[in-house]
Amino acid sequence: MTASTSETATAAALALGDDALVLSHRLGEWAGHAPVLEEEVALANIALDLLGQARILLSMAGDEDELAYLREERAFRNLQLVEQPNGDFAHTIARQLYFSTYQRLLYTQLAEGTGPFAPLAAKAVKEVEYHQDHAEQWTLRLGDGTDLSHERMRRATEALWRFTGEMFQPVEGVDVDREGMRAAWLESVGDVLRRATLALPEGPASGAWRAGAGRQGLHTESFGRMLAEMQHLHRSHPGATW
Amino acid sequence: MATAAPHHTARAQADGQDEAAHAAAYEAVFDAAVAADERIEPRDWMPDAYRSTLVRQIAQHAHSEIIGMQPEANWITRAPSLRRKAILMAKVQDEAGHGLYLYSAAETLGTGRDELLDKLHTGRQKYSSIFNYPTLTWADVGAIGWLVDGAAITNQVPLCRCSYGPYARAMVRICKEESFHQRQGYELLLALSRGTPEQHEMAQDAVNRWWWPSLMMFGPPDDESSHSAQSMAWKIKRHSNDELRQRFVDICVPQAESLGLTLPDPDLVWNEERGHHDFGAIDWTEFREVLKGNGPCNEQRITQRRRAHDEGAWVREAAAAYAEKQATRAEPPAGHTDQQSNGTGSPQGDEPAGTADEHAEARA
Amino acid sequence: MTTNDWPLWEVFVRSRRGLSHTHAGSLHAPDAELALRNARDLYTRRGEGVSIWVVPSAAITASSPDEKDPFFEPAADKPYRHPTFYEIPEGVKHL
Repeated sequence: MTASTSETATAAALALGDDALVLSHRLGEWAGHAPVLEEEVALANIALDLLGQARILLSMAGDEDELAYLREERAFRNLQLVEQPNGDFAHTIARQLYFSTYQRLLYTQLAEGTGPFAPLAAKAVKEVEYHQDHAEQWTLRLGDGTDLSHERMRRATEALWRFTGEMFQPVEGVDVDREGMRAAWLESVGDVLRRATLALPEGPASGAWRAGAGRQGLHTESFGRMLAEMQHLHRSHPGATW
Repeated sequence: MATAAPHHTARAQADGQDEAAHAAAYEAVFDAAVAADERIEPRDWMPDAYRSTLVRQIAQHAHSEIIGMQPEANWITRAPSLRRKAILMAKVQDEAGHGLYLYSAAETLGTGRDELLDKLHTGRQKYSSIFNYPTLTWADVGAIGWLVDGAAITNQVPLCRCSYGPYARAMVRICKEESFHQRQGYELLLALSRGTPEQHEMAQDAVNRWWWPSLMMFGPPDDESSHSAQSMAWKIKRHSNDELRQRFVDICVPQAESLGLTLPDPDLVWNEERGHHDFGAIDWTEFREVLKGNGPCNEQRITQRRRAHDEGAWVREAAAAYAEKQATRAEPPAGHTDQQSNGTGSPQGDEPAGTADEHAEARA
Repeated sequence: MTTNDWPLWEVFVRSRRGLSHTHAGSLHAPDAELALRNARDLYTRRGEGVSIWVVPSAAITASSPDEKDPFFEPAADKPYRHPTFYEIPEGVKHL
């Protein structure tokens, strides 16, 4: 009983930790490439917050570096949404909007609970509120900016839509009201998109593959390359300390 | 500040009068302020050459921070532990921040950031040549922190006392933050040096490659340095190139020993008589060639910078367009214009206008 | 081409309650909302502030050329930004 409880908690920590780790990595790829210098600082802040969360969560599940650097692709439990390549700035912002809104709702619920994630969630929810605000501000500016930015933002929200359904799949050990979260998420994201002169995309919110998605260790093709880059140096020196 | 009033008096009296006659008076006030180690502030009178030299120097410094992000960002996605990854991300972020502080300082002299960036992108303004070298292994991140940031700090600490206020203030802030950069580099190299033989070798190789370019960071020898004398007189440069280079070498030798790494200079030896280390001849041909654009990464660095700027144009335009729309939308109900007449006169005053405070607190 | 740079804003930071806002520097932003956020990211990365004002630089009427040096207390939130986070062997100097 205790063993399975702790296994469940470990799996849950991995799922949440991998989300934060992978998105942090993607945001880190922006360094030196951001559209304006002020955004270099902003994107790095968000990436650092997420990396901090990832380190706490992965440490709940084991050794943070072993987990980050020595697992194979199929063992990662992150959402497919967070592993999506940065694309243009609109894609990065759409990904941020979708994920940070979800993460805020999730952490808010976890913080109110008594489970193992409550202390982390209580601290992280403040960080995530800022991430959501950042995404909202930019969604408004891109959506309601120029014709070009409107078109790019629209394309981005639609392209990433099919990865959003996975956020509301139950995760064992993460005890939250998923249906309530989905409703709140749709309302929040829908409101931002409307104010940005955009609309909630209409296509399916999940892929058609029955085998599952990120939570089942099934990822998209670019993820393998991301991991290859991330893990290469660490794996080249087995047992070394850094 | 004691000098503020005389400046203003001098300017007020000179208004509408013969400028040539008063230029000398301005200059005397300026010279006296510099001589007394007072700070020159943006609205003070200053010689044109002082202004343009400062713009060039601060801009070059700002560009170096921005271009300097690239060689290190090159390793963010491959950092070998999560702790190192967080440190490196924070460091590269700081460099963006330092670039922004410095562009701000340059802008107080009347040159916009746009113009400065344009000059960087078109090769009309330089950045530190050191960033035209590649980061080939993880140890290079450590070598940059220890040697490149170390050299930069040696250069920059005296600038915290430079005569131009905004620049000096930016340098104070930057130096405070930079010392974390140098220490993380040293710690990174120490871990490698004490690690596996392969890691040790990686560290030594990086130090071998970065040592000489780091010494070049202090600029050409004093007898060949074109701007030095005037800049020293203006106190926007406080020590000579060779003086700072010597200081840096003396600092590095014992640090290298503690690292268990060798500095790649067979002529490096303690000179009892001078009380300093003697060191080998620097290859100034390489320095001049890299400066001219023939370094291993000149093309790559500027191309990436230009691409980021060009590809970001639509984002900046979108935000500007949105701001304009919002301003237009806000216009009709114009209800609180009364605040403008008294709210902004003293930005550093103790009592802020109420609504500004509420707004700020709400967001903070 | 050179017209798409955003306007300049002056940033004032209250380092802690009980102190007034102090000029920290400037930055570029398209509007007040982003200026505030950019200021938060740029000038309070080490916990230097509890409150921020941003003012369009163009809206400032200055009476005197002097400005005061900002001074900020470091924060403990991300300790690896600070030099004391790193272990350096005894006897190593000037680091």
